[in-house]
Amino acid sequence: MIEILNLSKNFDHVAAVKAVNFSVSAGEVFGLLGPNGAGKTTTIRMLTTLSLPSSGTALVAGHDILNDPLSVKKAIGVIPQMLNLDIDLTLAENLEYHGRLHRMERADRTARIEELLRFVGLWEKRDMPVEHLSGGMRRRLLIARGLMHRPRIVFMDEPTVGLDPQARRLIWGLIEDLKRSGITILLTTHYIEEADELCDRVAIMRQGKIMTIGSPADLKAVAGRYVLECLGRHDVPRQFLHSREEALDAGKVMGCDVAVRDVTLEDVFIELTGERIDS
Amino acid sequence: MNFYPIFWKDMLLIRKKPWKFLASSMVTPILYLVTFGWGLGRGMSMTGGGSYLDFVLPGLLALSAMNNSFGPVSTSVNVSKLYTKTIEEVLVSPVGPWSIALGRALSGTVRGLFSAFLLLIVGLLSGVHMTLSPFIVLVLGITAFCFASAGVAAAMVAKSHEDMSNFNSFVIIPMSFLAGTFFSPDKLPEPFRSMIMVYPLTHANILLRALAGGKVPDAVSVIILTAYAVFFFYLAGRMVRRAV
Ligand SMILES: Nc1ncnc2c1ncn2[C@@H]1O[C@H](COP(=O)(O)OP(=O)(O)O)[C@@H](O)[C@H]1O
Ligand SMILES: [Mg+2]
Repeated sequence: MIEILNLSKNFDHVAAVKAVNFSVSAGEVFGLLGPNGAGKTTTIRMLTTLSLPSSGTALVAGHDILNDPLSVKKAIGVIPQMLNLDIDLTLAENLEYHGRLHRMERADRTARIEELLRFVGLWEKRDMPVEHLSGGMRRRLLIARGLMHRPRIVFMDEPTVGLDPQARRLIWGLIEDLKRSGITILLTTHYIEEADELCDRVAIMRQGKIMTIGSPADLKAVAGRYVLECLGRHDVPRQFLHSREEALDAGKVMGCDVAVRDVTLEDVFIELTGERIDS
Repeated sequence: MNFYPIFWKDMLLIRKKPWKFLASSMVTPILYLVTFGWGLGRGMSMTGGGSYLDFVLPGLLALSAMNNSFGPVSTSVNVSKLYTKTIEEVLVSPVGPWSIALGRALSGTVRGLFSAFLLLIVGLLSGVHMTLSPFIVLVLGITAFCFASAGVAAAMVAKSHEDMSNFNSFVIIPMSFLAGTFFSPDKLPEPFRSMIMVYPLTHANILLRALAGGKVPDAVSVIILTAYAVFFFYLAGRMVRRAV
């Protein structure tokens, strides 16, 4: 559904995206995981025809983003990082506007607005100006808007950024429902658990480059399944081991209090880059 | 073309806040009328007979059409591009740049026409003499469309709010004062007269003054004003297109 070919973007003083290649197949939830400034938003903006690549290109739903942006626009739903709703309009009017932009028939618009507002749990608030909604509700409305015209491919840029855990769980639930419906999703995040819980495959991105790609399980397995750490000692390097017993044995000779835990994608990132993701 | 959704949303926003819209459309026309008509113009009489208010009202109509199309359109496009990013929703949808420009230009035309219409009513109620004809609406419509398009183009080019306000200070405000709204450009010495003839607003003024006096308007001014409208609309479409 998405095939990225040597996509690059240079701004005046930074190379934001450097010859990125990956592909996303139909029905997959694919995550771009990386710290702030990694180039995730820039990549999404090129794929959604909002910005032109400096070099390289991509096929989205079989259409070239450079040669046939109009067909790309028809096939995709975009849920941006920035909440760009019309805050003076009501929830229903925001969706109605979107439906009109996509030339949906009146009856279809009306039915779809109800379906989506119920899906995101905001039907009761349909006639309220967006101005009065909390951040989490606005995020959910933004998701509903991006789905309004029934896109086959959906781009979500940091869908839960800045939300409290409860609001985040709600959105994760929505994304899981969408995944079951067979939509292809490309999402970006800098939250480890988000990539781990939601994505079939994850690309770890840093400084404009893809460091590695794989399913969360495979990425973690490469590092080793368990992590052994010295508690309270950051000078002692952590060790990656393949079984809990091995880890406990290794812990006995470290001469400090140890903890053994499951590997996370954060460990994978640290191993690859020597940095923490959200540092 | 799928310009209607863009136009629809702007009209919806107006309908949400009718009083705000009414007030903002009324303020400048009333100020002009009070200052130049009743205040400054009270003791003045024109060489050709008639009051200064009779002379100045057609110009104020054009000025009102310009201010209320250029101002709201350029501000709204500028804010949606630089701050709220609502323009990006349109840019990722299958609506082409010409439709975006047209939807915005038409909503600006409605605003400009509406404020000129309000001013006309107030002017007539306060005893201004002028010949009414549908061509006045047509000229005002072209004027509003022209400056609404210019507003779209300028806002798409502006990289900041400051750029926008500079454009206002260096282009729009001088034009408001110089383009023959308050005096007849014929009276100016060269080369100032020729310079002022470059402004699109000057030609709107010439046309409206002729129509208000019951005369046949000058074809050259019709052509120039229309050409400006076409040119600014072309520019607006190009600048929106460049944004993607
Ligand atoms: N419009 C722009 N002009 C100049 N630099 C930009 C622009 N947008 C992004 N950048 C830079 O490109 C890099 C990648 O940014 P971004 O794609 O937003 O990262 P992420 O979404 O992963 O946080 C950053 O260094 C950022 O400062
Ligand atoms: Mg980002």
